[in-house]
Amino acid sequence: MSAAQRASVDRLGRLLNLVPYLLARPGIALAEAAADLGITERQLRDDLELLWVCGLPGYGPGDLIDMAFDGDRVTVTYDAGIDRPLRLTPDEALALVVALRMLAETPGTGTRDAVERALAKIEDAAGDIGDAPVAVRLPANDERLDEIRAAVEGGNAMRIVYYTAARDETTDRVIDPLRVLMVEGRAYLEAWCRRAEATRMFRVDRIDAFTVLDEPAAPPPGLDLHDVTDGVFHPTPDLPLVTLLVGRGGRWITEYYPCEDVRRDGDEWLVTMRVTDLGWAQRLLLGLGPDVTVVGPGELVERIRAQAMTALDQYN
Amino acid sequence: MSRTRTERLVNLVICLLSTRRFLTAAQIAATVPGYEHDPDDPRDHDAFQRKFERDKAELRELGVPLETGTASIFDTEPGYRIAHREYALPDIPLEPDEAAAVGIAARLWQHAGLAAAASSGLAKLRAAGVEVDPQATLGVEPVVTVDPAFGPLTGAARNRRAVTFSYRVPEVDDPMTRRLEPWGVVCWRGRWYVVGHDRDRGATRCFRLSRIVGNVRVTGPEHAFTPPSGLDLISHVAERSGPVAHHGRATVTVRPGRAAGLRRWAVESVPGPGGDRLTVPYSDVERLAFTLVGYGADVRVDAPPELREAVIQRLKEVVARHEPMSTAAVAP
Repeated sequence: MSAAQRASVDRLGRLLNLVPYLLARPGIALAEAAADLGITERQLRDDLELLWVCGLPGYGPGDLIDMAFDGDRVTVTYDAGIDRPLRLTPDEALALVVALRMLAETPGTGTRDAVERALAKIEDAAGDIGDAPVAVRLPANDERLDEIRAAVEGGNAMRIVYYTAARDETTDRVIDPLRVLMVEGRAYLEAWCRRAEATRMFRVDRIDAFTVLDEPAAPPPGLDLHDVTDGVFHPTPDLPLVTLLVGRGGRWITEYYPCEDVRRDGDEWLVTMRVTDLGWAQRLLLGLGPDVTVVGPGELVERIRAQAMTALDQYN
Repeated sequence: MSRTRTERLVNLVICLLSTRRFLTAAQIAATVPGYEHDPDDPRDHDAFQRKFERDKAELRELGVPLETGTASIFDTEPGYRIAHREYALPDIPLEPDEAAAVGIAARLWQHAGLAAAASSGLAKLRAAGVEVDPQATLGVEPVVTVDPAFGPLTGAARNRRAVTFSYRVPEVDDPMTRRLEPWGVVCWRGRWYVVGHDRDRGATRCFRLSRIVGNVRVTGPEHAFTPPSGLDLISHVAERSGPVAHHGRATVTVRPGRAAGLRRWAVESVPGPGGDRLTVPYSDVERLAFTLVGYGADVRVDAPPELREAVIQRLKEVVARHEPMSTAAVAP
């Protein structure tokens, strides 16, 4: 379908929706309706003008869609039979049902009951197509997440004890919470970290303890929230680049960690990835087992070798 | 052009909704403005027929249930009508908190196509009189992303059509072609899977959507299979990744202030002269050995002996693989 056809289908859908929308809201202000429908007031007036000349065969004054205007307010007085919106398409039903199932499974939302009631009604209204062949299961409802969410909703700053895997350390931080979100099945608290003086995504399962402070959260104004569309960790070019020679049994790391480049050479893969911290890379790569050999940088190769030799000395 | 076309289509919908008899193309042309033509002029008639076909396609694209049939047994030409019962969204009496939930759900999609479908679905609910508070939030926002294969696979599962796709598992060098009767799609811990009957293996299989390479091809007729009754999609994916019991107890000595990750995992920590003695639960010696090797010289294993041996063995391998000038680090 061409873009012009798509636009035409979209406009037809909007017009067929507009009549019942106005029918349900007699006397609505045009500006309010336009804002609600996500179109400009000008577009809305164009749509209404078009509908005005449509109606039942015969197309006489009593057959056409009719509206009464009172200043900037409009009331549909004759609907010519388009008194209900069109039924949900399979894609619309799928999109709503799957998103609601996702919400129902999200721990700590506090309104699971309302979500489940809404889901049942939408599935019912969608009929056969509401029975979407999609099941959702996120990690079990988590008490910690529920507590964190409640604390964030309270609107105060928090002190947290947080485990940073990248540096393998547990630190104490004061944070100004921004939002709680679930990405790829994991819960995160996004907050302004006063210690790092930057926004951070804190994994909820790594917040070992927290207290709510007696002061309102005050993140600096105008902060950009993380774009999490493509996951949470976005390697930046300033991070150290690590090159690995990976055997068959270690190839799974290319699915698990974002890689810059994977070059296949028979059974061995030459993998390059960016890491936040060489210390983290050292722990990860030491523990990956015999299928992974570090090629570079030389500093990391030497650190890994020295570390392993010192560790071995403990057993002599 | 576009305006007259839209006007014609709105009038066509109203006309077909208002009729109980099936109307033939000729009757529609004589009724609905915009279809005027000379039926005796072949070129003019052809142009009308093409226009009418395009319009019908557009209505179907929008989801308008266009019924085809004949008004009587004497009619040879097919006629058209729209049953109001099939056309209209049924009444959905949503309470305010339920409507708020639907409004939030519609915003979750990060995938452009499904986001558009969710918002046009929501627009229909609002046209049915549902009031949605655009400011409502739930406190926790799930970010819903899907792999490109999601759309074709859910469509195929709904229509019960078989699919063929190319599937790559990291451990295997080349992607393999798989033929599947898809029963449904599962989101398990943030990853998407398709579950179904694998036609080549003759057995139930799950596939991770992110491992599908290229397009999913839908093949064969609709209703080509029936999923098992009482199907629990989740159980097929969750089977192999249930909770693991950690019955083993290892004792390790950790340098003061080091190995914070291991300390979080330990069930007991006792300060001692050479460092802190941790008791660490585990299920599998090999797996724990890899984790402990990651901490290098910050950790020394005291017990059990098989864990100690495994760690020593791993450490020796690491040294051998990272020998300076070693050939092990150079690709053959």
